[in-house]
Amino acid sequence: MIKYYALFLVFIFSFAVTAQDTLKAVEIKTDDNSIKKSYRKTTNTATMTSKELLKAACCNLAESFETNPSIDVNFSDALTGTKQIRMLGLTSPYLMITEENIPSVRGASQAYGLSFTPGTWIESIQITKGAGSVVNGFESISGQINTELIKPISDIPFFLNAYGSTDSRYEVNTHFNKKISDKWSSSLFVHGNTRVEKMDRNRDGFMDNPLGKQINVLNRWQYTNAEKGWVSFVNLRYLKDEKQTGELDFNPSRDKGTTNYWGSEINSERLDVSTKLGYVFPNMPYQSIGFQNAFTSHKQDSYFGLNDYQITQRSFYSNLIFNSIINNTMNKFTSGLNFTYDDYNERLILPSISGNYDRIDTSVGAFFEYTYDNNDNFSLVAGLRLDQHNRLGAFATPRLHLRYNPWEKGVLRASAGRGKRLANIFAENQQLFASSRVFDILNTKGKIYGLDPEIAYNYGVSFMQGFQLFNKTADITFDFYRTDFQNQAIVDLYASPQQALFYNGKSFANSLQIEFNIELVKHLNLRSAYKHYDIQIEYSSGTAERPLQAKHRFFTNLSFETHIVEKGRQWKFDFTYNWLGKQRLPNTATNPIENRFPDYSPSFSLMNAQITRTFSSTFEMYAGVENLGNYTQEKAILGNENPFGTNFDTSIVYAPVFGQMFYAGLRFKIK
Amino acid sequence: MKNLLFIVFVSLIGFAAHAQEKKDKNAKREIIVKGNCEMCKKRIEKAAYSISGVKSAVWTAENQQLNLIVNEQKSSSIDVEEAVSKVGHDTQNRKATDESYSNLHHCCAYKC
Repeated sequence: MIKYYALFLVFIFSFAVTAQDTLKAVEIKTDDNSIKKSYRKTTNTATMTSKELLKAACCNLAESFETNPSIDVNFSDALTGTKQIRMLGLTSPYLMITEENIPSVRGASQAYGLSFTPGTWIESIQITKGAGSVVNGFESISGQINTELIKPISDIPFFLNAYGSTDSRYEVNTHFNKKISDKWSSSLFVHGNTRVEKMDRNRDGFMDNPLGKQINVLNRWQYTNAEKGWVSFVNLRYLKDEKQTGELDFNPSRDKGTTNYWGSEINSERLDVSTKLGYVFPNMPYQSIGFQNAFTSHKQDSYFGLNDYQITQRSFYSNLIFNSIINNTMNKFTSGLNFTYDDYNERLILPSISGNYDRIDTSVGAFFEYTYDNNDNFSLVAGLRLDQHNRLGAFATPRLHLRYNPWEKGVLRASAGRGKRLANIFAENQQLFASSRVFDILNTKGKIYGLDPEIAYNYGVSFMQGFQLFNKTADITFDFYRTDFQNQAIVDLYASPQQALFYNGKSFANSLQIEFNIELVKHLNLRSAYKHYDIQIEYSSGTAERPLQAKHRFFTNLSFETHIVEKGRQWKFDFTYNWLGKQRLPNTATNPIENRFPDYSPSFSLMNAQITRTFSSTFEMYAGVENLGNYTQEKAILGNENPFGTNFDTSIVYAPVFGQMFYAGLRFKIK
Repeated sequence: MKNLLFIVFVSLIGFAAHAQEKKDKNAKREIIVKGNCEMCKKRIEKAAYSISGVKSAVWTAENQQLNLIVNEQKSSSIDVEEAVSKVGHDTQNRKATDESYSNLHHCCAYKC
């Protein structure tokens, strides 16, 4: 095993940062607004700066979207406390999630991967709605989330963050940075978190949040030689995460594999090695070459009651990118090659279905993306990639983005594109393991778990207008997007409360978002959004809306900052309100009456608030509350009285399981 | 020995002269262009890009400077100055005609 890693380590020694990356980083610094939407960018991209991430408890990437109107945060199950994100009404497997433009959350890490990037490591997040670029792959369907981590060259020598909350979760983040020479710099990030106390506020006999501990270490090296045009990064990262959940009296060493008490453990271990090498031609700043390589080993060992699930994914990703111009910088292009290798070892033991689902996937692709910008009011990005994949065959992925500014501060955007992917049905739906549902895959002839690949087209239009309202700066945005699945791996929870059926079929998802932002008075900003979703799936029992999806959502965020006074002293206040309309629930009609849900959940609202006190430019403290209104789902676990019986189900969660939660923390810097 | 050095010396000068003659495909040139605002920037850059051989043109209001990357086998920076002055902007070597200057939007009136 060690040999295997060592081999890959050597193999991987090269990586790419394109000139684009560097430019992006520079742009952000000039902005005071913590979510920035551009009038000039071709794609519908919003950039969240690290300042935005300080507005909520946001301990990790999964929790950092609470103040963002474009991304919906949902609750994945009643046990793990995991937050699930959605964009344009589609869950995270349909998003391309990248870390510094390298795909990061995919395959085995789909369920918990977002919670494995601590918030303090993040420099900025770019959220792109719609088809996205062809440079990073063919899998993205409804959008892309790219995270840029703090760069060693611009990092501060020392940073400390400590956090504690009333759900007994504690976190510590320490960052160390050293400038080794004028060209080399290095950062070491160490994150640890733990939840130590069993809590059962809703008195159903089950813990509301898992016990857990995580250790997460990242060491990055950056080489910059601006004169010669070289930039390089080397990242080494190790993660170990352990969770224990289930009944309060469950003791893993005594009760695992028995029916004494119901319990579950989810242990993950991950190793990442990635390298980037970028070269900008010194006499031609518009021409560059980038080479990225990444090796990942992700292992999850878990059981849910008597159900066993193990998955290991070893991946290698390589991307060679060439940027240049045709005639002049109004016509740019990006072209290159990439290679992906995934070796999955997956083992499943359920009463209904068990066995090994080991597989190896490889794909080789070439892409070409042309960008035209008239330097005035129009730009387009047209991309095409061709891939050869051992399971998906040979196929083309076209994507197109357009931007037009009809008048000042008005921008009209349109995009269309195709995406294709293999659904890892078990890894992506593992919350269903914590139920007594019988799994049944109805298709048998497909290339993966008997199913065919998912194919979808996404298209959308967006219009944004900035204006002055009573002398206040404001903007309004209308986004309409549609995703058409020619083929989707459908999870059917309507057939019976004792079944989870998987089969191929068609579906669509329409999403409309109206966003309005205004600076009410100096330093008092209001952000608000109404979202409407219409998601229909062709189930075998007929077309119906997807369960656990609110048709209407309303979001608002109010933030206020005082003027910075001497020594950098400042107060910051932040308040977020979310309203979720009723959600269709999975079918429970045939259960005994006490284990039934109504057809629809009630609508409800959630509130978060935070206060930050900056004492100086190097020290600040913050305190806040999540779920201020203390709204919880009345009954979170069906059949909790008899967890080994046929009505047990922890996967039907439409609202928080845990109520009001207070937290406090501090941040200390040495500059 | 002296002769040899002399020959080397002469041939070096020859090389240098030759290098100057060989036209740079990615020549960086900076020229002064008068202007005021975002509209000026668009107009100046558009005029620069209309010259074949101009690969990159970026004008900044702060230092009144147009940074060019030009393929000098196709055109020279004086061709760019010509084009920019035609749309109403004075450059270091070319003056805009009164007519083209008077056609500018009022916010672009850099002579006021």
